[in-house]
Amino acid sequence: MRSAALAGPLDASAERLPAPAAWRRFPSRTLTFCIVELQKLSHDRTELVTRAVQPVLWLLIFGETFNRIHAIPTGGIPYLDFLAPGIIAQSSMFVAIFYGIQIIWERDAGVLTKLLVTPTPRSALILGKSFAAGIRSMSQVVVVLVLSVILGVTLTTSPLALLGTFAIVMLGAAFFSCLSMTIAGVVLKRDRLMGIGQMITMPLFFASNALYPISVMPQWLRVLALVNPLSYEVDALRGLLIGTPSHIALDFGVLLLSVVIGVATASSLVDRLAR
Amino acid sequence: MTDYRAVDVRGLRHRFGTHAAVDGVDLQVGPGEVFGLLGPNGAGKTTTIRVLNTLLPIQEGSVQVLGYDVRRERTAVRRLLGYVPQQLSVEAALTGRENVSWFARLYDVPRHERNGRVDDALAAMGLANDADRLAGTYSGGMVRRLELAQALVNRPALLILDEPTVGLDPVARSGVWDRVEELRQTTGMTVLLTTHYMEEADALCDRVALMHLGRLRIVGSPERLRRSLGPSATLEDVFRHYTGDGLDGRDPGTGGLREIRRTRRTAGRVG
Repeated sequence: MRSAALAGPLDASAERLPAPAAWRRFPSRTLTFCIVELQKLSHDRTELVTRAVQPVLWLLIFGETFNRIHAIPTGGIPYLDFLAPGIIAQSSMFVAIFYGIQIIWERDAGVLTKLLVTPTPRSALILGKSFAAGIRSMSQVVVVLVLSVILGVTLTTSPLALLGTFAIVMLGAAFFSCLSMTIAGVVLKRDRLMGIGQMITMPLFFASNALYPISVMPQWLRVLALVNPLSYEVDALRGLLIGTPSHIALDFGVLLLSVVIGVATASSLVDRLAR
Repeated sequence: MTDYRAVDVRGLRHRFGTHAAVDGVDLQVGPGEVFGLLGPNGAGKTTTIRVLNTLLPIQEGSVQVLGYDVRRERTAVRRLLGYVPQQLSVEAALTGRENVSWFARLYDVPRHERNGRVDDALAAMGLANDADRLAGTYSGGMVRRLELAQALVNRPALLILDEPTVGLDPVARSGVWDRVEELRQTTGMTVLLTTHYMEEADALCDRVALMHLGRLRIVGSPERLRRSLGPSATLEDVFRHYTGDGLDGRDPGTGGLREIRRTRRTAGRVG
């Protein structure tokens, strides 16, 4: 019966389900936003294809060409092997860095105000959305991995290393989407976010070890590369996927700390979007 | 019934810069009431609602919702609310069912109850047959009913509707009215709505408050307010009598471009 089905308590003192512990809202909301992201992707798969074009071009054109030139010191491994983890990190960053547009769209559409009125802490909302950006980035990982195998890159077959790869990409995407949502919370407008996103993506990419090792950079660029979380993501991915010497524990720690700072910053600004 | 109030607002003031959007509002809504805040764009209705539903901080005054202090117990208040904003706000890239299920998760509806509650909410809003279509293909009236289903999946004790029929055609509008009327009859839920449509206030509300320039000018049942002016008086007449202004918001300083844009955007999304 409709009446029975919808009948709610008439007052706050009526018996209601106990509220879950506050900490449980974080994994619960993260799972919720990841599920919603997967549902959206399942209804519109065109983005999976269009987003795959750029990393494919990087590998096929840039990678194949520089593989022949032998201009970049890679520590004795083929340049394509060196490049593939960098392109995974770069393409997932490109997805995440524009994720703030979604939160501005949700603000414009009124969805954000509804989300903010649910019993969801701001930080759980941002954490959920940032991992949803990670879900959206995962398709890039799969495309680059498959293409790399086709192009003859020697990749790990260890399930644990592949699992670690997904975890690192998730953390990287979570950080860059937090950066994007932070910018969204400051500029509040889609066009401005697009402009800033385009302004920072290439510097972030070039000031990292994605295309070349940090050791060949001029000193000033090395400093930038060392404070750039993308460098740590690429370092971890190289270690996991092609077995180059890396600092996985440090990389994981830096990325985790970046995500924590990113979530804290973006969640402190999200209310600005709703006003 | 206990003597608690579903909404208890005392001395509420809210400023945006130098503009006082809400300027000393006292408002009490009893449990089970359907209460309407009536006024033109810029009267302060949406600001009042946004303070009640925790979106805006309380700058001055005290606000209790369902016995909870909104300033100190935000999460407790949020658990008891259902909220439908003025804009048509569903995720077009999800199906109707996915939209409702999303909010069931955000309101911590237990897993074993979730599917049943989602189905119930969709059925109650007449959307059972369209539940698996993408919300982007819904008409404006269906989107509004889907939003009601999202708000109801939590079985809220207080349902807040901000201009629930703005931008809807007359058929869709009466469809939404029917659903709210059904809710009142079947659940006894407290409903607080804002509107600038007099016929909407007449059709739905037990009591209305006429709001103008951030203040409540008079509160009472629509019938009593009309009768107080004469046998053929309308709520528009009542409003003009107490404010010297019409409900279409001709006051140039109050409507606000942002609010007008929002209304137009909603109307545009309805198509």
